[in-house]
Amino acid sequence: MRTDHHIILRVVAKPLIPIIALFALYVQFHGDYSPGGGFQAGVIIAVAVILYALIFGISPAMRAVPPAFTRSLAAIGFLLYAGVGVWALLMGGNFLDYDALFNEADGGHHGQHYGILLVELGVLFAVAGSMLSIFYAFAGRVTEIKDEDW
Amino acid sequence: MTGYEGADLAIALINVVLLGLLFVVAIAIARMRSLFAIVMLSSIYSLISATWFVALDAVDVAFTEAAVGAGISTALLLGAMLLTSRTAKPEPRKFAIVPLLVCIATGLILVYATIDLPAFGDPDSPANTYVGTDYIERTPEEIGVPNIVTAVLASYRGFDTLGETGVVFSAALAVILLLGFGERSLSASIGRRKGGKE
Amino acid sequence: MLEFILERGNYWAIIGLMMIGLYTLFAATNLIKRLVGLSIFQTSIILFYISLSRIDGGTAPILYGEDAKSHGGGHGEEAAAGHASDATHAAADAAHGAVNHGMEHIYSNPLPHVLMLTAIVVGVATLSVGLAIVVRIREAYGTIESDEIREMDLDVALAEYAEDHPGEANPA
Repeated sequence: MRTDHHIILRVVAKPLIPIIALFALYVQFHGDYSPGGGFQAGVIIAVAVILYALIFGISPAMRAVPPAFTRSLAAIGFLLYAGVGVWALLMGGNFLDYDALFNEADGGHHGQHYGILLVELGVLFAVAGSMLSIFYAFAGRVTEIKDEDW
Repeated sequence: MTGYEGADLAIALINVVLLGLLFVVAIAIARMRSLFAIVMLSSIYSLISATWFVALDAVDVAFTEAAVGAGISTALLLGAMLLTSRTAKPEPRKFAIVPLLVCIATGLILVYATIDLPAFGDPDSPANTYVGTDYIERTPEEIGVPNIVTAVLASYRGFDTLGETGVVFSAALAVILLLGFGERSLSASIGRRKGGKE
Repeated sequence: MLEFILERGNYWAIIGLMMIGLYTLFAATNLIKRLVGLSIFQTSIILFYISLSRIDGGTAPILYGEDAKSHGGGHGEEAAAGHASDATHAAADAAHGAVNHGMEHIYSNPLPHVLMLTAIVVGVATLSVGLAIVVRIREAYGTIESDEIREMDLDVALAEYAEDHPGEANPA
């Protein structure tokens, strides 16, 4: 068996990856109160998977998070964002007018809160899915340069 | 208006140090030939500018720049470098004269334009008076979310953000169209390795 | 004079960074180095916008303290009155400048932050498309140096011209 040059990386990365994913969820759902939001959380989730792919190889990463899933995720996120707008339209408001979502009285913030939550979730899905699809497209390509050329 | 004496000096010092670091990194990038070093330095450039964004009170932008500029774009640049080449060809001349002159001329014109700009940190500048203050005043009443950037991003300018999400999605589609999904090339590399030396 | 320079020194430094990015973009022949120069240029423009949005004595635009719990509080009514009549609003603006009336703290301008936040994400999306095109160029030409690519294109064009117009002089 060949020697494993990356043993330290593997040992350090293994506990780190779930923490990165957890931090992404914190950034996502605490984004109303602190810096953060869908864009940042989506990128952080993508980074967690990319770290896994860099250290454990691209095929285990593709088995864990299949490319078909990432590109569907991007489309679902975009549709979720647009869907919130259509929901507001159906409730009689303007496109993406969150106040119309629940037809509540003046001063109520439920529509705004749920609207922002859903829209940020859509951004999270779209950004994470797009970034991972882009990474897979680059990483899955056959390298023409040999390792010795480094 | 400022909180305490010495704050201005501290902020000025932080500005000078961070801008100096940015200059060093940018000049190093312009002069380097090893693409690996260039990619790593561009990641450092993003990280330093993220630090400066924190000093400028733009925490959300700093967060995004640190995650996107120093994280994802470095990974993508490394991935692309792996597929192309390691070093850039040396430029034929030490300094390319025409680009240098064009850059200096453009820079001088821009510096001339800054004479009319409002001072750094001016609360009465046109950029800081009209719609920006409106968002700050109305957010607690209309949206009820403490982070004003989130409120503007997702609610007041939700249509804008929908467009940005669409741009990211279509960029992913463009990359997929150019490079393929990744699965086919992956199976090809596995097959080659099996049929090859191992 | 010194104060004038100090107030605008940030802009000049940012313009300097911008021009270094532009120089890299112009002078480098390697396509990946060019893309890195482009991203330096873009980051410098983002720095410029964000430095315009700063307000002296201000803080990050996240409501805290009394400002955060203002669901129908005193200054909530004030804000409502403010945008009910534009005249009062304009008068208040003139009186206080950008100091957020009705607010306990001063916040920096959130609007450039939002615009630049999305610009960063769109920037990485366009960068990835550019890199994908560079990868395809490498596969088609075997090089990513723009002058070599131009020479190859010229050779191919001349060969095609010679094929289509036999017996004519070479146009180059």
